[in-house]
Amino acid sequence: MKIAIASGKGGTGKTTVSVNLASYLSENNNVVLVDLDVEEPNSALFIKGNLIHEEDKFKMIPDWKQPECTLCGICQKVCNFHAVIQLGTMILVFPELCHSCYACSELCPTNALPMITKKMGELKEYKSNNLAFVNSHLLIGEEQAVPLIHQTIKYVDLKFNDTFIKIYDSPPGTSCPVIEASKDADFVFLVTEPTPFGLHDLKLAVDTMKELNKAFGVIINRNGIGNDDVENYCKKEKIPVIAKIPNNRKIAELYSGGNLIYNEISEVKEELIKIENFIKLNIFSNLT
Amino acid sequence: MKEIVVISGKGGTGKTSLTASFAVLEKEKVVVADCDVDAADMHLLMNPDFKKSQEFFSGELAVIKQEDCIQCGKCADICRFDAIPFINNTFVVDEISCEGCGYCARICPTDAIINIQQKVGHWYISDIKTGSKMVHAKLAIGADNSGKLVAQVKNEAKKIAEEGNYEYILVDGSPGVGCPVVSSLSGANYVVLVTEPTVSGLHDLKRVYELVHKFNIKAGCIINKFDLNLSVTDEIKQFLTEEKINHLADIPYSNNFTQAITKSKTIVEFDTGKLKEIIENTWTEIKNIIHLI
Repeated sequence: MKIAIASGKGGTGKTTVSVNLASYLSENNNVVLVDLDVEEPNSALFIKGNLIHEEDKFKMIPDWKQPECTLCGICQKVCNFHAVIQLGTMILVFPELCHSCYACSELCPTNALPMITKKMGELKEYKSNNLAFVNSHLLIGEEQAVPLIHQTIKYVDLKFNDTFIKIYDSPPGTSCPVIEASKDADFVFLVTEPTPFGLHDLKLAVDTMKELNKAFGVIINRNGIGNDDVENYCKKEKIPVIAKIPNNRKIAELYSGGNLIYNEISEVKEELIKIENFIKLNIFSNLT
Repeated sequence: MKEIVVISGKGGTGKTSLTASFAVLEKEKVVVADCDVDAADMHLLMNPDFKKSQEFFSGELAVIKQEDCIQCGKCADICRFDAIPFINNTFVVDEISCEGCGYCARICPTDAIINIQQKVGHWYISDIKTGSKMVHAKLAIGADNSGKLVAQVKNEAKKIAEEGNYEYILVDGSPGVGCPVVSSLSGANYVVLVTEPTVSGLHDLKRVYELVHKFNIKAGCIINKFDLNLSVTDEIKQFLTEEKINHLADIPYSNNFTQAITKSKTIVEFDTGKLKEIIENTWTEIKNIIHLI
């Protein structure tokens, strides 16, 4: 079972929900938590596990072999991303613009642009009691998160079978990184806050999930801080509100120090139990 | 004309609330650019009129003309994005997976594949309640290329600022360190980093500053909710000293941030006390610094 935790707006509590839910569920289930917010991964700050595996992640880029090159110009012409440019008698490759489509390399008549690997990030796997945890981070200066998200999901799919509940802590926004992170999910929890910003970005996230044909529900974080517009919207759109995590300075303080919350604050644990029941009743039963 | 970009690495630290407050304080001397095109919220505080609206196209999408397809499967073989599955005896393009590289169209023996321009979203130029102008955008659902839309928003803001002799461009950036952030940083004179004293806030601040440093742009930092965790606040201050980042302000934890938003107001319009004073002083400090750069 794959569950993505997403949100349109950043800072609504995706990581809080992901780490607490994963840790709580792992008390009675096989769980793997996967941090797919590769630009700014934070889950590792809350899960104190033992590192059991790490590997570099690579993308493929063309590498110019001057002796072979006839300067025919085909490579530059076929690159839709302006990642290969002919400048005088030189071919310049801009790795951060390259999408690894191989067109320049394979259409080069003299094999002057073989593909080579370039490191784009690192993947780490940890174990904390019964909880497995995988996270990847993008190297600073690398602009494309999608290939690293893709490879991280692939790693998890190969390593962990279907008896695991897989929880994906997704990046914020509504564009390509969040789509890559949620397109394989069986269910998406959208975390929002009851403010006009939260509502506005929730609507964008809902439209995205509808476009992807995903089943989804809403978790309201910092409940009580703003107004009722988010709940009214969900009611009107018939979107289930699965849990409401209260607005509480103590929660913010625990979070600030990198602590899990549900064992300290019983109202949070009650909300996690609601999510657990929802998963059992609505997601698990649909899969079997 | 000076361009100031506000970013944070981590989302939800108060970037937009602060940027909008600065815009209200500086009134008609500043052009505002909302470059968080993924989840643009600034318009909720600035009362824009969406006076000029334009569609934005960028990047391509492969389309297979079924009547010309001989089902040789070459396109599916060379596609590195698994974007051409064989479904019900036809090759079709999975629009979500297609990166628009155009490789398939180039090698199709019957020219059955064409590339169409992809709609990335809309961008707008608005008159706003401060008597100034704002450039903002809305990304189409599931669209790629948000970095290109960010560049478009910035270029338009720059044009307006140059033509109208504005003193400042104030840019609200997006979270993360990827292409939209890189795009919003290009050409900036000064970066304002907004952080919070949480382990995530500090972690993300360090990563995004590494990016700012690569671009060689001078930066200052605002610690929002500084009293939430004083020991992390101290760690942040130490980091600022080590990296020679200007420490611009400490803002206390306050529900007024949220209260102001629910009234569609910026903090400096909603709060009349200490919070307003701190933000006014911060903006003055930022202006003093950039005039020395």
